[in-house]
Amino acid sequence: MTSSVSKLNKIFLAIGFFFLYVPMIVLIVYSFNGSERVNVWAGFSFKWYGELFRDEAIMSAVWVSVKLAFASASAAVVMGTLASLVLTRAGKFKGKTVFGGMVTAPLVMPEVITGLSLLLLFVGLANSIGWPEQRGFITIWIAHVTFCMAYVTVVVSSRLTEMDRSLEEAAMDLGATPLKTFLLITLPIISPALISGWLLAFTLSLDDLVIASFVSGPSSTTLPMIVFSSVRLGLSPKINALATIMILTVLIAAVISYWLVARNEKRQRKLSEISH
Amino acid sequence: MSRFNLKWLLILPPYIWLLLFFAVPFLIIFKISLSEAAIAQPPYTALFEYVNEQLTIHLNLGNYTWLFGDPLYFNAYMSSLKIAAISTVCCLLLGYPIAYGISRMSGSAQSLCLMLIILPSWTSFLIRVYAWMGILRNNGIINNIIMSLGLADEPIRLLNTEFAVYIGIVYTYIPFLILPLFANLVKLDNRYLEAAADLGAGPIKSFFTITLPLSKNGVIAGSLLVFIPVVGEFVIPELLGGSETLMIGKVLWGEFFGNRDWPVASTVAIIMLLILLVPILLFHRFQFKEMEDR
Repeated sequence: MTSSVSKLNKIFLAIGFFFLYVPMIVLIVYSFNGSERVNVWAGFSFKWYGELFRDEAIMSAVWVSVKLAFASASAAVVMGTLASLVLTRAGKFKGKTVFGGMVTAPLVMPEVITGLSLLLLFVGLANSIGWPEQRGFITIWIAHVTFCMAYVTVVVSSRLTEMDRSLEEAAMDLGATPLKTFLLITLPIISPALISGWLLAFTLSLDDLVIASFVSGPSSTTLPMIVFSSVRLGLSPKINALATIMILTVLIAAVISYWLVARNEKRQRKLSEISH
Repeated sequence: MSRFNLKWLLILPPYIWLLLFFAVPFLIIFKISLSEAAIAQPPYTALFEYVNEQLTIHLNLGNYTWLFGDPLYFNAYMSSLKIAAISTVCCLLLGYPIAYGISRMSGSAQSLCLMLIILPSWTSFLIRVYAWMGILRNNGIINNIIMSLGLADEPIRLLNTEFAVYIGIVYTYIPFLILPLFANLVKLDNRYLEAAADLGAGPIKSFFTITLPLSKNGVIAGSLLVFIPVVGEFVIPELLGGSETLMIGKVLWGEFFGNRDWPVASTVAIIMLLILLVPILLFHRFQFKEMEDR
């Protein structure tokens, strides 16, 4: 590679990171602004954080969203792992093409279509079998599990195709049942993928506005719904404070996981050096 | 026999779940697109009626003829496709060099840069769109800089324009393009490029004859991951676009929540689905190849 190309690459990377991070930095800086008007700087203040924590509508929506994201991510990991095993280990079966389509399509399906179609399903079910009586937490949960499991399937199945299959075969040859082989061999090997799949599903569920707006009922308002209705009316310093807390949480989690991965890699490198 | 049962025990739960909550809803949306709006609960007429021991089917193509008759819908579809296509190209022009640059890095710098690309998409999508509202406003940062430099006397209207919509889409969707592209480019064997350089090809020539053709699958997968969802995007045109920015996701939302016309909203969705059918199938082919057992 000539140096001119790598210099050009560096410029593009710098532009890219500038573009990605400046808006967030601006958001964070203005969350500490003492002024009522978001664009005028009136000194450093924690005022909006206080207002945020006193806002009961926002706080109860945070609670609803976190509970929902936890429940959706957990179910999506179970369903997504089953779907990945079907794709990578079950071989050929009748209807595999349809199954594959239903796994990949939710990744790109426009949210307005998914949301509307699920709502119409729930309305139809309520009319014919009387369930769900009311739309709310449970209907949003079903919707979130459905689209999150597609993402989990992508993450987990890529790990399942990469892993060394001879380990599973050896266990089976030694007389382990398929279930035992899965629990003792496959599951520990794919566990990092399960964790990242769970985290991905958690953030996707926490973030969803469009699908939740269609399938929610009057009793359950999620955080994105509150943020959206407030942002629609214009800027609000309280939302800046909320955004700052979200960004910092993600940042801290990312730094910790990066450090853990780096430490793990270093340890493994040392181990392989010793063994050689 | 027990092996056979076990296999279906594995297949059935996700299969039934997806069939019920992903496939069947599309049949229902299609059914309701053929009914008429009514002031009732739910607000549409029944398609099948069983009266006097006779099954009558009310097929109503009125929503479809209505959609084709009103230029508003046609323009909204066209403008959505245009906005999605242009923003996909913008994402490619900015994202390709970034993905390429990261793919040529060494171990720790590579994982750090990759994490920096992914990190913003782990924070709220809504918050990232909101951030641009503050920057692009009439008294936002960009206009403050322009006016303090004396480049303009009056603030330039940036928010509530199509330009703002493009910024928002590229900003939020670019990681979806960079990641599959990176996964593809990182597999590129450096020896091809060295061989090309030894044989006298310049960096530009070896890019167009080697790197770009070999990364074709990554380009297609990444572009479709941006293009298809952007066609139906609602939040970005709603918050950053103006009243003249027409996108079909906004129209569908308005028909459903504003006019409470469920049959027309369903018809809008069905036609959007038909338009996107080919791109979705194309995406499926690439993605499925990645996931299936080899």
